[in-house]
Amino acid sequence: MLKKRMLALFLLGALLATVLCACGDKKQTDNPSSDETSSSGEPVNGGEVVIGISQDLGDSLDPYQMTAAGTREVLFNVYEGLVKPNKDGEFIPAVAAELPKKSEDGTSYTFTLRENVKFHNGAVVTADDVVKSFKTCAATTVDTALAAALSDVKEIKAVDAKTVSLTLKKPNGDMLSYIASVAITPANYTEQVTKPVGTGSFKFVSRSVQDNVVLEKFADYWGQPAYLDKLTYKIYEDPTALMSALGAGSVDMAVHLTTDQVSTLSNQEYKTVEGTMNLVQALYLNHKVAPFDNGKVRKALSYAIDVDEILAITADGHGTKVGTSIYPAFTRYFDQSLVGTYPYDPEKAKALLAEAGYPDGFSMTISVPSNYTPHVKTAEVMVEQLAKVGVKVKLDQVEWETWLSNVYNDRNFQSTVIGFDAVTLTPGALLNRWVSTNGKNMINYNNPQYDAMIAKAEATVDDTQRTELYKQAAKMLTDTAANVYVQDLADFVVMKKSLDGYAFYPLYVMDMSTVHYVK
Amino acid sequence: MKYVARKLFTLIITLFIVSLLAFLAFQIIPSDAALSRLGTNATPEQVAQLQHELGLDRSVMVQYGDWLSDFLHGDMGISFKYNMPVKEMIMEKLPLTAVLVLLACFLMVALSFPIGVFTARHAGGVFDRIMTVLNQILMSIPPVFVGILLSFVFGTLFRVFNPGSFVSYNENVLRFLLFMLFPALSIAISRIAMSVKMLRASLLGEMDKNYIRTAYSRGHSRSTALRKHALKNAVIPVIVFIAVSAAEMVAGSIIIEQVFAIPGIGRLLLVSISNRDYPVVQAIVMILAFWVVIVNFLADILSQYIDPRVRLG
Amino acid sequence: MNRLKTRSASGKPNYFLRLGAVITSVMVLLILVGMIWQPYSPTAMDATAKSQSPSFAHLFGTDTMGRDILSRIMEGAGTTFLIATCVVLVGFVIGTIIGCLTGYFGGVADVILMRVCDSITAFPSILLALVMVMLFGRGKYQIILILGILFIPSFARVVRGEVARQRSLTYSYSARLMGAGHFRIIFRHILPNTFPVLLPTISIGFNNAVLAEASMSYVGVGVQKPDASLGGMLSEAQAYLGNAPWYALFTGLTIVLLILGFSMLGEGLSREE
Repeated sequence: MLKKRMLALFLLGALLATVLCACGDKKQTDNPSSDETSSSGEPVNGGEVVIGISQDLGDSLDPYQMTAAGTREVLFNVYEGLVKPNKDGEFIPAVAAELPKKSEDGTSYTFTLRENVKFHNGAVVTADDVVKSFKTCAATTVDTALAAALSDVKEIKAVDAKTVSLTLKKPNGDMLSYIASVAITPANYTEQVTKPVGTGSFKFVSRSVQDNVVLEKFADYWGQPAYLDKLTYKIYEDPTALMSALGAGSVDMAVHLTTDQVSTLSNQEYKTVEGTMNLVQALYLNHKVAPFDNGKVRKALSYAIDVDEILAITADGHGTKVGTSIYPAFTRYFDQSLVGTYPYDPEKAKALLAEAGYPDGFSMTISVPSNYTPHVKTAEVMVEQLAKVGVKVKLDQVEWETWLSNVYNDRNFQSTVIGFDAVTLTPGALLNRWVSTNGKNMINYNNPQYDAMIAKAEATVDDTQRTELYKQAAKMLTDTAANVYVQDLADFVVMKKSLDGYAFYPLYVMDMSTVHYVK
Repeated sequence: MKYVARKLFTLIITLFIVSLLAFLAFQIIPSDAALSRLGTNATPEQVAQLQHELGLDRSVMVQYGDWLSDFLHGDMGISFKYNMPVKEMIMEKLPLTAVLVLLACFLMVALSFPIGVFTARHAGGVFDRIMTVLNQILMSIPPVFVGILLSFVFGTLFRVFNPGSFVSYNENVLRFLLFMLFPALSIAISRIAMSVKMLRASLLGEMDKNYIRTAYSRGHSRSTALRKHALKNAVIPVIVFIAVSAAEMVAGSIIIEQVFAIPGIGRLLLVSISNRDYPVVQAIVMILAFWVVIVNFLADILSQYIDPRVRLG
Repeated sequence: MNRLKTRSASGKPNYFLRLGAVITSVMVLLILVGMIWQPYSPTAMDATAKSQSPSFAHLFGTDTMGRDILSRIMEGAGTTFLIATCVVLVGFVIGTIIGCLTGYFGGVADVILMRVCDSITAFPSILLALVMVMLFGRGKYQIILILGILFIPSFARVVRGEVARQRSLTYSYSARLMGAGHFRIIFRHILPNTFPVLLPTISIGFNNAVLAEASMSYVGVGVQKPDASLGGMLSEAQAYLGNAPWYALFTGLTIVLLILGFSMLGEGLSREE
């Protein structure tokens, strides 16, 4: 009798073994960057696309209320400002017919509206809509930098039906990018929160919470209309589910994939495009907590972290090293020379630790939000690396909301691995955060020279000078080892081979107006 | 009747305690909806402002009282995160989870009864022996792993369905049901094994009893005796077990919805806990608790009614 | 030690007990070996050996960060085993005490405690676990505490029922007549008699604890990375199912064997009775 029972077990085992072998000899897929070649066929009008995104559109769809990067990214296709950024990070006219006329002293802007720009509800954009949009935005926006910039507006008025003038209390070198952030919406429309209406090349159709968001081509768009007829954003909050969907070919396109995900993708229907995430990933250190108040300790940690190994283990070498709180897509402000300031040197790290009074190292905790796999993985590698210079690290993985509350809001942490992005194309969006009095300065960075430098840059009108001042501020962050800077993560977009035309922006947006099927 | 009334009363008390516990838990855990909504570009002033708008700065008991009186009037409130009526959100997700659990119950009945009866009738036979071992193994596989195996074998290898690309019932009913079959099987399979084992044992137990011996003496064959007499009694504990399972599988479905990426009530619950969206969480907890309590209540009444000696494990 | 003779009362060889003992000892051996020796450090990463299929260098292959899967499974199984054992211990001890007292004395305390137990059962257990994770934090010891608390009602209920039954039996009554104190009756006379009923509860409890730990780590609120845990590894492995199915299979099978061994042992023991 034993034999029979054992036989059954063996059969089961054999079955499992067969299944195992059947898949064991599947070839590793190619390196993600190898099939980056874009098919250069004729663009075709029409077609529908299902896009896999990793987070639901949060909160409100109202352009002045939305906060989540994932929401801004999708609604970039729905809302436009008077001007808008293009993929090179320059501003081009949108609802306005041309870039504004600026007065000599930089305090007054005049916009002429484009003829016949229509809202998705069919109404034509008037100067009154623009004025109302600016006023509503100034009163309700949740973006503090934008609110601050708009509070410097002395007056905004409709000169005539097609002309709007904007007067500032004092000149602001970044004003154009703030103007771009003010979405133009119909003045008398009240359902923006759930049924957004803008002037973009796609109009909002519907959303199902935790499931999907549907956009449709806006036929009356003022400019080059979109190629695609319909976009369905399908929400996959669990990366595994997104990978199975890609494996089965049931989405046409997915954004923000990691190297790991792309290299496990064996489905040959897709091609991969590589860009950057546009954020600064770093080990952020709380300067109010010992021993991170000690510059030598921070420098020691910077020397002890081998960024190349992090990239190699977590992303097969993809990703761009940053060295400071500016990411490379900010080409005007990014300084490549800062990247090599702290090369990997464990001996020097130990020496610095000894100088700082920690010859045997110390124990520390890295808090990291558990749902952001790239940050968790970076932190995991750091644990191993820091152990080599005697620093014992405890990894504390917390839920994102707990992180927001304890780490970000209450600043109750030692160190954390996270990425900060820029909401607008201004250096201030990345650098003002570390001014000692800034509400978002979660690391409690307190450097009077830095504060002065930022204040000076903000007050400067001359563009070249301003840029130089911001670059000096960024260098201060590196020189004081404010944080252990790591990288701007590699960002992969996969799409069906029949699709083309995707362009990466220096901002966290996903422009679908240029995407098209090819013949 | 007095028994039923007493049970009903404790049922309401239990639901009340559950709602209070869920609410209090929300007050103790770190972070709130305001922080969750504003993210990493928020200043403390903005957070305080939004907390005020959402009414989160009021005292705990005032908030709970408000929620309770609204809830009793059938108003589940507005989601903090999505600005939508909670009722609307839940009505959209509830059918998915309900179908999942009902399908699992159906599988339990459809599979365990024939197999249980067959193994009992041929106790000691080859099939019975294989099933005994197989049952033991099936009872030991975590639902999560069953789910992974099923999606690998039927999704990746045989391509019967697309794991990860959930088809909703309003798109295509048949493909929806086909998709749901696999998660349902994942949560049901260990319970099917348990009920087979239970039905077999309970049938064999009945067969030893005097009234069956009497049936034999009346000239009934073994299989008629089993079908006509023993089954009727033996099935009671199994039905009670299936009822209790119907309650417990709701909790199991929360995890399995993750494995198969089904946007059901479990997923909404987990996300809403993260978002600190307590109107949504409270509503879901109440629905789940109500289901658990009512099913257990019915199982209790059922077993009490049919046989006052039956005790619930 | 009679039990190990593996012949049940009816004289048939008790295969359940035999097989259960074999599987359990293999698993325990794997865990014990893992405590003193592992082929690699379970947290050591190797950029040159990522996502490798099983080979002689890495018997179970490597994961996406180049860590040896066998070493991680040894470590993870140990962690899971430790957690399950402690959870059962916590649930058993506290549950038994509560069950004894309420079952024996009854009264208001009994009603209240049982109502609370009911409410805990009516809560979706995963939700309760999630909330408690937010309160206590994550990690091995927190899980033991959380699951331990969640496991109290099941033990308390069984013990309560059995104690109430035993109390009404004549031997308790006569002990009372002979002047024995309540606590002496509960702990010296009644409690030993409840153990036969408790045995299956313990073996089921152990398996449920393994399952619960795996589920929690699967959802990501269990054992902290980079520590290995079977559930956490399973959720990681699911993402690479198409390319590296062995990762999920080996991890999943370890969980299955851990549970199977104990359930067969439990089943075999109950056939011995």
